[in-house]
Amino acid sequence: MEVRVNPTRMELNRLKKRLKMAERGHKLLKDKRDELIRQFLILVRKNKELREEIEKELSGAFAQFLLARAVMPSVILEEALMYPTKKLCLEIHKQNIMSVYAPKFTWVEEESTQGEESSIYPYGFVETTAELDSSIETLSAVLSRLMELAEVEKAVQLLAEEIEKTRRRVNALEYVLIPKLAETLKYISMKLDENERGALTRLMKIKDVVRAKM
Amino acid sequence: MATYKIAVIGDKDSILGFKTIGVDTFPATESEDALKTLKKLVSDEYGVIFITEELASELHSVLDELNKRFLPAVVLIPNSKGTLGIGMDQIKQNVEKAIGADILFRKEG
Repeated sequence: MEVRVNPTRMELNRLKKRLKMAERGHKLLKDKRDELIRQFLILVRKNKELREEIEKELSGAFAQFLLARAVMPSVILEEALMYPTKKLCLEIHKQNIMSVYAPKFTWVEEESTQGEESSIYPYGFVETTAELDSSIETLSAVLSRLMELAEVEKAVQLLAEEIEKTRRRVNALEYVLIPKLAETLKYISMKLDENERGALTRLMKIKDVVRAKM
Repeated sequence: MATYKIAVIGDKDSILGFKTIGVDTFPATESEDALKTLKKLVSDEYGVIFITEELASELHSVLDELNKRFLPAVVLIPNSKGTLGIGMDQIKQNVEKAIGADILFRKEG
């Protein structure tokens, strides 16, 4: 599987340089991959923990909400939730993990223009049930971790993608390009040696012939 | 700095509560509706989109594509019927993709 090249000294030098370069690239990429995997493992553990927690809490909140929905007439329920007391706005910054850019979320709550001190509940307590209250309380408590989960999960996805790409490059260098170059180098140096020996024997032969004639 | 919005897609029972904490809600029961909404939200200024696992289970190819992008972050949440384990599965797939073997969730053996 060697590359077809002219077995010349110039080609030999050129390929030697390429091999050196490939080896350096291989080493660098390998280091990059190792570090990426280290970062990835830290993040993915966090991701798993967060998700487990959040899934449990959200399921709880939803169950309570379902109860509230069952107990209350849906018109009243929807009316109660129609005007939220706040609006979430998201600011997105870039964070750099080993030259993988992942979004970093910071969120701001915009209080809507209600004169009174606003609570998390957008409704009065007259027509609504306690289940609704606790469901919403859980939800707003879980929100900050939900945003964290979004951030971590995105980073994990992007890192996984990058690791796969890097690993493919490392393998291509290690198992294809470098062996190929090494083999070609060997082929060229053998050929050159062979030529040299050929030239030498020819010289000796000619010398014999010339000598015999004298 | 541009500001982005947060959205949640899912069946009404699950997502109404999100409205009170300031997240935009988009009710959908069919995966086709969800897909339409999702496409609209992606081209709009939404930074984080929560979507219930039930709907997400039929939108695999779209979600996979979105997961490779910088924005938006699509996060799966359980719905009122409980979790389907798809979110966890996604983490598992990520691990397998990156490392080649599942080392987080492997049972003792």
